[in-house]
Amino acid sequence: MFIPIFQAVESGIIYAIMALGVYLSFRVLDFPDLTVDGSFVTGAGVAAIAIINDVPTIIATLLAVIAGFIAGSITGILNTKGKINPLLSGILMMTALYSINLRVMGQPNLALLNEDTIFTQLTAFWSSIGIDDVLNNMLTSFGVENVPGTWGILFVMILITAIIKLITDYFLKTEVGLALRATGDNEKMIRSFSANTDNLKIIGLGFSNGFVALSGALYGQYGGFADVGMGIGMIVIGLASVIIGEALFGTKSIMRTTLAVIGGAIIYRIVVTLALRVDFLDTGDMKMITSVLVIFALVVPKVISSQKEAKRKKRKRIELQNRLKGEA
Amino acid sequence: MLTINQVSLTFNEATPDEKKALQGINLSLDKGDFVTIIGSNGAGKSTLMNVISGSLIPDVGDVLIDEKNVTMVPEFKRSKLIGRVFQDPMAGTAPSMTIEENLAMAYARNKKRKLRLGVNKKRRELFREYLNTLHLGLEDRLTAKVGLLSGGERQALSLLMATFTEPNILLLDEHTAALDPSRAELITQLTGEIVENFHLTTLMVTHNMQQALDLGNRLIMMDKGQIILDVAGKEKQALTIEKLLKEFHRIRGTQMDNDRAILG
Repeated sequence: MFIPIFQAVESGIIYAIMALGVYLSFRVLDFPDLTVDGSFVTGAGVAAIAIINDVPTIIATLLAVIAGFIAGSITGILNTKGKINPLLSGILMMTALYSINLRVMGQPNLALLNEDTIFTQLTAFWSSIGIDDVLNNMLTSFGVENVPGTWGILFVMILITAIIKLITDYFLKTEVGLALRATGDNEKMIRSFSANTDNLKIIGLGFSNGFVALSGALYGQYGGFADVGMGIGMIVIGLASVIIGEALFGTKSIMRTTLAVIGGAIIYRIVVTLALRVDFLDTGDMKMITSVLVIFALVVPKVISSQKEAKRKKRKRIELQNRLKGEA
Repeated sequence: MLTINQVSLTFNEATPDEKKALQGINLSLDKGDFVTIIGSNGAGKSTLMNVISGSLIPDVGDVLIDEKNVTMVPEFKRSKLIGRVFQDPMAGTAPSMTIEENLAMAYARNKKRKLRLGVNKKRRELFREYLNTLHLGLEDRLTAKVGLLSGGERQALSLLMATFTEPNILLLDEHTAALDPSRAELITQLTGEIVENFHLTTLMVTHNMQQALDLGNRLIMMDKGQIILDVAGKEKQALTIEKLLKEFHRIRGTQMDNDRAILG
């Protein structure tokens, strides 16, 4: 039981970067950007083909981010300069990316099993430090039998995700970041304060898909493959993370919300892992589980609050009746 | 300061819905002029505001600010020179952002936006001082989300945001029309104070004739896309609502058809 959860947290924290990207487009810019399904694969594909061609892993990952940024910017240009509806801009770009990704990868599936990736290099370095032994000894003393092979991925991913979160937090408080948020909040207003909302949307979607591509690049290297179909339903996973995170951890401030989104991504992976352990569900059901999860996360809070409201009104009604009775 | 030359704009030209919103408008404002614009619905007041702000581009004619032709300059660039308050109190602020963040966005209007923090200690003090002038206690609620403020508070904040960076032109588009009488009174009074303080060149559209008479040094009446009356100085001070209505009747040969314009 420990190992699947551990892996869920590991991959959850990689997905968290994608979820932060979805948060940027979906919440900050108020732009339901479906490019994500394509740009996730773009990230994985660009990194994979670069690594196979002996590009250093870090540079391969950076190339993936740039490719994602460009894909997102094009969606932004379609929307702002081409005046195409936001949803449709994303769908058009996502569809085009499917072919582009195939071209980039040269084939539908690339294996990285025999290649050096960021994570193989990392684990090699990590195991020389010896932290693994300490942590695993601790686990064994708690009675856990199967211990993880390496803690390095988890620690480094926490570090990377935390850095990205902090950069995002800071950026959203800068003058440019404030204008970006206002573009999603009240576009007419921020234009009357001399902000070029077209450019802000293009840049914002670029960053968003840059994050998504980074997540894709890391996930490809983590899983040891890039597949042209690996992005299907990614936007829903991103949404699930954002919505679950916001519902559970709150949205009081930007810093709180970005943390909530990361938490949401991890919890999403854990829930899916647990769901897949149910006998009659298999991996093919994952997308359905995700959709159901999002539907629940959207509906349940509303049902709960309307029930609370109904109860409150009923209580008031009874109070009034009792008071009238008392007077009579 | 602001010159409008032969500006015309027709919507839906050559269709049954054709509407000549502006017909050969000429208008020139000196620095520090405070012009109030009245007229019934559809007279072209808001269209004129939109042409000046750049959200609409005229068919023909030019808009000049400080002798510079800005007719084709896009709205977001032009707004470096123009402060604007809309009729809808929700329109001038970003509801999910805090008061200080809103002020920081307004503060950056005539500067280049950079990757430095929008709100820092020094600016917070500055914002506090500005908010103090509104006498609404907003200076103690800097980190409250603007969506939580009342309509009157939001409109006061919008007014401050549009003016405290001292724009070359201030456009007020029926900015008190959506408020209750006492709030409208407050915003009107604040408007007078602020315009006076910063010596702003101002254009104010209003449906409230009394307000149009009380504020400003010049009054313009529009009808069917034209300026039909333009009075300034002493002559304006002597105006009353009755005189205005009579004047409209004399020029147009009809009664003013809009109750709102009379009752305000």
